Amino acid sequence: MSTLTATLPEQSRRREPWPDPTGSARVSPLDTLRHILTLAWRNLVQVKHNPTELIDFSLQPLMFLLLFTYVFGGAIAGSTSDYLTFALPGLIVQNTLFTTLNTGTGLNTDLTKGVFDRLRSLPIARSAPLAGRIVADLAKQVWAIGILLGLGYILGFRIETGPLQALAAIGLVVLFALCASWISVLVGMLVSEPEKVMVFGFTLIFPLTFISNVFVQTNTMPGWLQAFVKVNPVTSLADATRGLFIGGPVLTPTWHVLLWGAGLVAVFAPLAVNAFKRRV
Amino acid sequence: MLADMTVRDEHAIPAIVAEGLVKRYGETTALDGVNLEVPAGTVFGLLGPNGAGKTTAVRVLATLIRPDAGTALIGGYDVRRDSHRVRRLIGLTGQYASVDEMLTGAENLLMIGRLLGQSRSEAKARARELLAEFRLDDAADRPAKTYSGGMRRRLDLAASLVGRPRLLFLDEPTTGLDPRSRNEMWEVVRTLVGEHGVTVLLTTQYLEEADQLADDIAVVDHGRIIAQGSPDELKRDTGTQTLAVRPVAGSDLPLVISTVTDIVGASPDIAGTLVSAQVTDPAVLPAVVRRLDDAGVTVGEITLRSSSLDEVFLSLTGHPAEESAAGPRAPGATPSGSGGTTVSASAAAGGHDDDDHDDDDPAARIPAATRS
Repeated sequence: MSTLTATLPEQSRRREPWPDPTGSARVSPLDTLRHILTLAWRNLVQVKHNPTELIDFSLQPLMFLLLFTYVFGGAIAGSTSDYLTFALPGLIVQNTLFTTLNTGTGLNTDLTKGVFDRLRSLPIARSAPLAGRIVADLAKQVWAIGILLGLGYILGFRIETGPLQALAAIGLVVLFALCASWISVLVGMLVSEPEKVMVFGFTLIFPLTFISNVFVQTNTMPGWLQAFVKVNPVTSLADATRGLFIGGPVLTPTWHVLLWGAGLVAVFAPLAVNAFKRRV
Repeated sequence: MLADMTVRDEHAIPAIVAEGLVKRYGETTALDGVNLEVPAGTVFGLLGPNGAGKTTAVRVLATLIRPDAGTALIGGYDVRRDSHRVRRLIGLTGQYASVDEMLTGAENLLMIGRLLGQSRSEAKARARELLAEFRLDDAADRPAKTYSGGMRRRLDLAASLVGRPRLLFLDEPTTGLDPRSRNEMWEVVRTLVGEHGVTVLLTTQYLEEADQLADDIAVVDHGRIIAQGSPDELKRDTGTQTLAVRPVAGSDLPLVISTVTDIVGASPDIAGTLVSAQVTDPAVLPAVVRRLDDAGVTVGEITLRSSSLDEVFLSLTGHPAEESAAGPRAPGATPSGSGGTTVSASAAAGGHDDDDHDDDDPAARIPAATRS
């Protein structure tokens, strides 16, 4: 093995003293924000190279809106325009909750592909990889809400309250989605591959959003189902959103939503963090 | 440059000092008391089969996981208490630290530059520089998922160099690469160490890789370091040499086997027509030559040489280094790694009996990986 000595000639090995790293042992809040925004940019620029994702979170809500309004609307509410007014706020809620699954899928992809380890080996804020992902997903959600409202407007939906209430409605939906995405994060930490997040998520979120008053009035359902619908936070969120977009009771459902949101974070955030620690 | 290095050498803080590192996963002990010292500016090889604990060691040293016991200092900074400072010194590339496939090569490097606090223009300039250096400029604006295996590895490595780390962890940098890409990777590592003074800790299953690159090697098995030293020291310390005989005519094989068995006093390994045996007494060579000559056997090849690292590994662990003879990509099995007198046992098995992976093949005795 004579090549061994030729591999690293002694004279070429420039041994410099070990440098002292400059800077503090902690990340400043401003740097943390910068890291989060950089990683959010990363998650958004992915869309540029994967246009199907854009279709996924733009076209899907539109299809739901058109289908429910024109296929079921007449049968459920007697007229498609009445149904549009009833269903659009609920569809915004439903779509936003579905989209929270992307957070778990994305995190799981990063974990399984090794991107997460690369990020964690960098001198950046510990929270930035997760927070950057969530910020990007929120941006996508706001985009989808905008698309739904835009198409809704073309079809005849009108916000009957005011711009502030409308913004409050969007804010409330996004806030609740933020709380609910901890479930998605937990699932993303637990499953072995990204596709499974969708499977787990759908079995959970599909019934949760359909067994609510998103699509039909609660009083049309059997009594035992009504009991579930009434405690379902999706119902409260749909009620609050309707109230803020087109008028009606707001305060009680909003409190209900905020309490549920806080409860979800209290339960699922520690579980998710724990699952993360056990995973790496 | 040459003059000041020798003086500073004496006082330089080692790149890595690890003492008694332990890491358990449930019932499995991935690290079972690992001690390491890696001087700055050197290449250190962690050598061992899959599941030996190499990757766990890298993950502890790179601050990705906390050890259950023991301490590790990187450039004098504790991986637990000063992990943020440690991260400013290191770069990590390997099986588990990867680039974002959805982003282009340029975007990946730009992102890391920005995360490291570079301005947009600085980060762009650094990305361009690295892409050119790693011959990825043509592919700079293509998503990384379209890259070949070798290109991916180069981008991975470029990504870990954005912040000009002083210490680079390479976790199985050439696993799965074709021989050409592997040689390219080796050249890059040599350049980094030789021209930029970077310290490198690399893990590998390939004995030849450790032999080629590392100044010092630690052989890891079941979470423990079972031997440590320079490649030459390791080879010397096992104290054995390998005798290899190949008759010209296959019909002479039984006679050669019986002769070698007789003189060496143990049954030799047979790979095709190559008969090899571990010996401690160099006098067996002339004895074998004389006996075969008397019997009228024409010998095509007869060598006595120091043990290869494959054999060192076998004698240290009692089992062969996993996969080193199995895959066509394993450096130990490629003809390029086995010129003339340095044919190793596994290279001979892989090189001459490629289609004959029966029970005699070392690869058939691979123990199951202990940890996924």
